[in-house]
Amino acid sequence: MGNVFPPDFAALEPFADWAVRGERARYAKRVTSTMEELQAFYDVAYPLLQQNTEYLENLRLDGISKEDKHLLWAFCALVTVAFPVEAWGQPRVPDSGPSSIDAVIEPAV
Amino acid sequence: MAHFPKPSEGSWTEHFKIDTGPVSYADSISPEFYELERDAIFRRTWLNVGRVEQLPRKGSYFTKELDAARASVVVVRGTDGEVRAFHNVCRHRGNKLVWDDYPREETKGTCRAFTCKYHAWRYDLEGKLTFVQQESEFFGIDTSKYGLMQVQTEVWEGFIFVNLDPENTTPLKTYLGKFAQGIDGYPFHKLTQVHKYRAEIGSNWKLFIDAFAEFYHAPILHAGQYESGEAAKIKKYGYEALSYDIDGPHSMVSSWGGIAPPKEKAMVKPIERVLRSGLFGPWDAPDIGMTTEELPPAINPTRNEVWGMDSFVFFPNFMLLIWRPNWVLTYHYWPTSYNTHIFEGTCYFVPPENGFQRLQQELAAVTFKEYGLQDGNTLEATQTMLESRTVDQFPLCDQEVLLRHLHNTTQSYVREYQQRNAAAPTS
Repeated sequence: MGNVFPPDFAALEPFADWAVRGERARYAKRVTSTMEELQAFYDVAYPLLQQNTEYLENLRLDGISKEDKHLLWAFCALVTVAFPVEAWGQPRVPDSGPSSIDAVIEPAV
Repeated sequence: MAHFPKPSEGSWTEHFKIDTGPVSYADSISPEFYELERDAIFRRTWLNVGRVEQLPRKGSYFTKELDAARASVVVVRGTDGEVRAFHNVCRHRGNKLVWDDYPREETKGTCRAFTCKYHAWRYDLEGKLTFVQQESEFFGIDTSKYGLMQVQTEVWEGFIFVNLDPENTTPLKTYLGKFAQGIDGYPFHKLTQVHKYRAEIGSNWKLFIDAFAEFYHAPILHAGQYESGEAAKIKKYGYEALSYDIDGPHSMVSSWGGIAPPKEKAMVKPIERVLRSGLFGPWDAPDIGMTTEELPPAINPTRNEVWGMDSFVFFPNFMLLIWRPNWVLTYHYWPTSYNTHIFEGTCYFVPPENGFQRLQQELAAVTFKEYGLQDGNTLEATQTMLESRTVDQFPLCDQEVLLRHLHNTTQSYVREYQQRNAAAPTS
């Protein structure tokens, strides 16, 4: 089986299931994960984002490769996961109870 | 302590000659009042239903459910390039003309003509009836009299508005008043990267506008979104706007900068630090062809150097937020009953040039959503307690002046509508 992510991001391969298309699906995965699972993904993905901002700044979206698209989705997932890890201490937004706000239009990539 | 100057009257509320007494919120908990609002407001005012970018080609269309106005409209770009709206109803037997799978859900697409699912009556993009199945079975039907029912439609700066009142004589730009005039020329057409969110909210529509028309709540309700030392500072500081303004039924609040970028990086969360973005948007503003100083005059009206964003409330249910780092957020509140509504929040960015900018925008959009989730659930809690009618006198502060204006405006529309109807001869 080939790589999900570009070769420089091999450390993310165990977290390939976070390369999820769409904010709605990423949020759904977040709220059905445990804090341990969110923290484990964050601990690997956050330093990779920090070290590779230049790579991302040079990443054109036109004609983006499959691997780079997966990488962007995984970092989008990191954005979603950062809230429980950095602020909430729990997967859901505190006091958000049954309420939901769903993405209905999103960028293609 | 006052951080920003207030008008000479001593408060914004008194400056606008608005009563400073407690308010009752009776207009937000009554099914009877809501029924009046539907006719007095939602069937009579200009409603923003979308943007021209949603209709890129001739034949592009979308439908909009306007439950509060007891209507569904189909908005379409005609073969002549004009944007028109029609009541979404077939003239033969009243079937909903354009829908997919679920009659109550909105849809969009591109077509050359609208064909009714029921008996295949067909209408062209200008609404003319062009085909009647087994026409000879009818009784000398004059097809020119059975075109789609057109709805008044006008476009302001790419925002498409409809007015369901056939007797309306106020042009859109007149209705939108001085704020829209002072925003004219803002390059909305360059902000085509869209993130749109939708939520079903268990509160009266006005309560969510209330929540977004004051920032008095921000240091408290959203404290968890800041680094803890910063949260304490913000709470102590409280919130004051740069300025407020009112124009007819519309209003606006101009606000200071917030965190884009922060004075010190330690003030914000790690994800914001690495992506250089957050609630106030990406810190690196993209080029929109004008500098902050060159923005149209209604934006940052006090020309304050610490300006961060303006929030315009176009009555009844359209809010437009223009942020210093060159992006825009819109809110729409579509009532579905006296204590429920559909909320739409849409972020508009300059299309990202690279993967990093894409992530900066994702963080701004997702942060908006996280805040919105906190706001949304608080509203349901407020609605249920207002409905308990335990308390009916609520003191509002000067930073909540736009709330008073919204509720007063709503009540005066309803009152005028009732007076007009009472005066009209009954036949």
